[in-house]
Amino acid sequence: MNYIDSNLKVVGTRPIRPDGIDKVTGRAVYSADTRAAGMLWGKILRSPHAHARIISIDTSKAEAVPGVRAVVTAADFPEIASEEAFVGEGPMNFRDLSTNIMARTKVLYEGHALAAVAATTPAAADEALALIDVKYEVLPYVIDVDEAMADGAPVLHDDMFTAGVNPKPSKPSNIAKVVTFKKGDADAGFAQADIIVEGRYTTKPVHQGYIEPHACLATYNPDGQVTIHASSQGHFMIRAYTAKLLGLDMADIRVNPAEIGGGFGGKTLIYLEPVAVALSRKSGKPVKMQMTREDVFRGSGPTSGASMDIKIGAKKDGTIVAAKQVLRFQAGAFAGSPIGPGCMCGFALYDIENVDVLGYDVVSNRPKVAAYRAPGAPITSFAVESALDDLADKLGIDPLELRIKNAAKNGTKTHYGVTHANIGFEQVLAVTKAHPHWTSPVAPGNGRGIAMGFWFNIGGESSATVHVNEDGSVTAATGSPDIGGSRASMGMMVAEVLGITVDRVRTTVADTASIGFTFLTGGSRVTFATGMAVTQAAEKVVEDLKRRAAQTWDIPVEAVEWRDGMAYPAGSNAGAFEPLDLAALALKAGRTGGPINAEVSVNAQGAGAGFGAHICDVKVDKETGHVEIVRYTALQDVGKAIHPSYVEGQIQGGAVQGIGWALSEEYIYNAKGQLDNPGFLDYRCPVASDVPMIEAVLVEVPNPRHPFGARGVGEVPIVPPMAAIRNAIKHATGLQLTDLPMSPPKIRAASDAAA
Amino acid sequence: MARQHVTATINGEETDFLCETQQTLLDTLRDVVGLTGSKEGCASGDCGACSIIMDGRLVCSCLVLGVEAEGSTITTIEGIADGEKLHPIQQKFLEHAALQCGFCTPGLIVATKALLDENPNPTETETRYWLAGNLCRCTGYDKIIRAVMDAAAVMRGETV
Repeated sequence: MNYIDSNLKVVGTRPIRPDGIDKVTGRAVYSADTRAAGMLWGKILRSPHAHARIISIDTSKAEAVPGVRAVVTAADFPEIASEEAFVGEGPMNFRDLSTNIMARTKVLYEGHALAAVAATTPAAADEALALIDVKYEVLPYVIDVDEAMADGAPVLHDDMFTAGVNPKPSKPSNIAKVVTFKKGDADAGFAQADIIVEGRYTTKPVHQGYIEPHACLATYNPDGQVTIHASSQGHFMIRAYTAKLLGLDMADIRVNPAEIGGGFGGKTLIYLEPVAVALSRKSGKPVKMQMTREDVFRGSGPTSGASMDIKIGAKKDGTIVAAKQVLRFQAGAFAGSPIGPGCMCGFALYDIENVDVLGYDVVSNRPKVAAYRAPGAPITSFAVESALDDLADKLGIDPLELRIKNAAKNGTKTHYGVTHANIGFEQVLAVTKAHPHWTSPVAPGNGRGIAMGFWFNIGGESSATVHVNEDGSVTAATGSPDIGGSRASMGMMVAEVLGITVDRVRTTVADTASIGFTFLTGGSRVTFATGMAVTQAAEKVVEDLKRRAAQTWDIPVEAVEWRDGMAYPAGSNAGAFEPLDLAALALKAGRTGGPINAEVSVNAQGAGAGFGAHICDVKVDKETGHVEIVRYTALQDVGKAIHPSYVEGQIQGGAVQGIGWALSEEYIYNAKGQLDNPGFLDYRCPVASDVPMIEAVLVEVPNPRHPFGARGVGEVPIVPPMAAIRNAIKHATGLQLTDLPMSPPKIRAASDAAA
Repeated sequence: MARQHVTATINGEETDFLCETQQTLLDTLRDVVGLTGSKEGCASGDCGACSIIMDGRLVCSCLVLGVEAEGSTITTIEGIADGEKLHPIQQKFLEHAALQCGFCTPGLIVATKALLDENPNPTETETRYWLAGNLCRCTGYDKIIRAVMDAAAVMRGETV
């Protein structure tokens, strides 16, 4: 059914989330909050070198430490053949995943895991780690993406021959893959252009910065059955990867989803779980592992840093006639940066006849990147949206008008082949143009910037069950970890379909043995895809309840109407019987067919792309280089906001992560290829005093492919901030910055150079 | 290593426990006393997820040793509500949707309690600076600040 034009009673309201009390009282159980009887503490030894061959690992002294029960190295894990899979939010090679969680022959970055210990106390585990004797042959390393691509750079993988070029290269290199997207003829397009802007832009790797470090508790039983308690963006993902990396059957692994303390893409792959299981298997005890914050920074995925060249040509009237972009993305130590989405998302917002995008996926001696909100899109859009602002300046056109003139519409064919359908970019631009922030004067000395963002959003596989309990209350379960309030939105959709109040629906996240497969929480898919599954399950329950009422009244099911949580006799039978509510129907369930429940699994399609526009006012202190965000407005096409507060929250949170990316966050390496700022003191995420209120404006253009019109909202808001801020700084100071982060030293240096 | 016997008043209850001399108060609260509401986000005093009120002062419990708790009075997130009745700060966090993943929430609520104990009528700027020691990566702080300001108004008796 489609409810888009219905008179909705629950969807669109702002109830208190069902898991709220647990989370404001400290009762919610996150990854590190459980224990098991006889539990050991597992810890990981990490490489101090950026690149080295492992000559030998002697664990004998570590094993002799009192309290140590097991030590594992790569020798305790099966060798995994190279196998490409597109899972999670990006490409994944299982051999690489295995080698990433436990180095086999070489360590490829500082922080690369190469041994692990389980002991009765954390102190004993630490003592043992210090006694593991590793002999290394230290190798030359490379950190920067352009240096990694240069001839003569240290090569990380002897078997990496660039994919996507013909003929296949004769020598291995650090370029894992080359991708191209072409539409029209860019050179011919530039020949028609009156004005051309060009630029070179760089971004630094930034960490997702979830506050909860990775942790897990794993128990391996002698019969081969494994239980894992861990937070993640997908407990089915943990099960699949752990099974793959240890050669176990999926049915023998049960993963209980802990509450997740943030992920943003960074918990779409695994680091600890197979190690904890291996330690548990060896020791015969449950093993708890928990990363330190340093481990998180050194060993888990940031997103790519990149260097990019861009060229955009336009007619005098502002019509963009050609665009070209070259993107070089750092993948970290193993192939698989988000270069694909990076190449797709920058120009997808505009109707441009001639587009040429070339992307490189490049390995270097850094931790393997992981997905981070709209993977790839913020990087490419930093370049595209900055260049467009420069183009608007050159043309003497208002930067918003330039976007409006060239905006993609329904039917616009993108350079990656997809034709836009059901998008709301024009509506977002119209609301932006009329917004009081945009129409207000800029305070003297300040600068205002604007930039756009796009993410295609995804659907995919989800399962949900809805049960009407014996007393008529309702339980709904899904396989989607709740990372930011999805229990609330799921429960609201069920309540809406059943015609009851939301407090009568309890929503849970079921473990891997208790519900059908559900793809992970990522790509902004849960409200869309799992929302579709839970809606359909509730609809099946309604159909079943109508059938039961018909049976009770002995009338045809077509003569039963369901409204406001009750079955009514309708048509010629109207008024003939007292309506039956959920409790009455539940009471008679045993006589009308047994338990009342429905499970639905879907492979949801038609996610509906999302578009956003961000407006930012800044004040720049040229003396200190400090940039103050004075006012910030984020407008976005959100489809239908199921729970508007949590939609706003996604937008506000994404915008502030983008502010950090723009102004302060970066990985800083020393001369030995070691990360110099693996902590929240020196890796500077925005704090409350760094930012103003973020006005989130919800532009609701319903997605017809979802029963309530929802589209994903979590990714888009991190895409525009970097360029919006860069453009604002430009209009405040005249400085055309091209390198992130635009931190005080960079602003000062640019000011000095300009003066 | 001999463990130390420590007696402290935690959330109004006299509590005694044994802890290692090198064990932080955060680890002691979580692993020995069993109060896992205080979270470890960094163990270096930078994220505020482990915030507690100790003898009237807001501290990061990861920067205090368990043995230093001897004789002290401690409030953790588990002690903020009055039995089953939520504290207005907790209630306003829920009403304003001031949490997404909820991991920083215990620390933020404790830090807010300490703020409002000291300054019942903070400005937005004062609130932002006071809470600058509590990282939240999900919300962008907007709804948190609104929840805190609203809770302060309720506690002053100006609104409900």
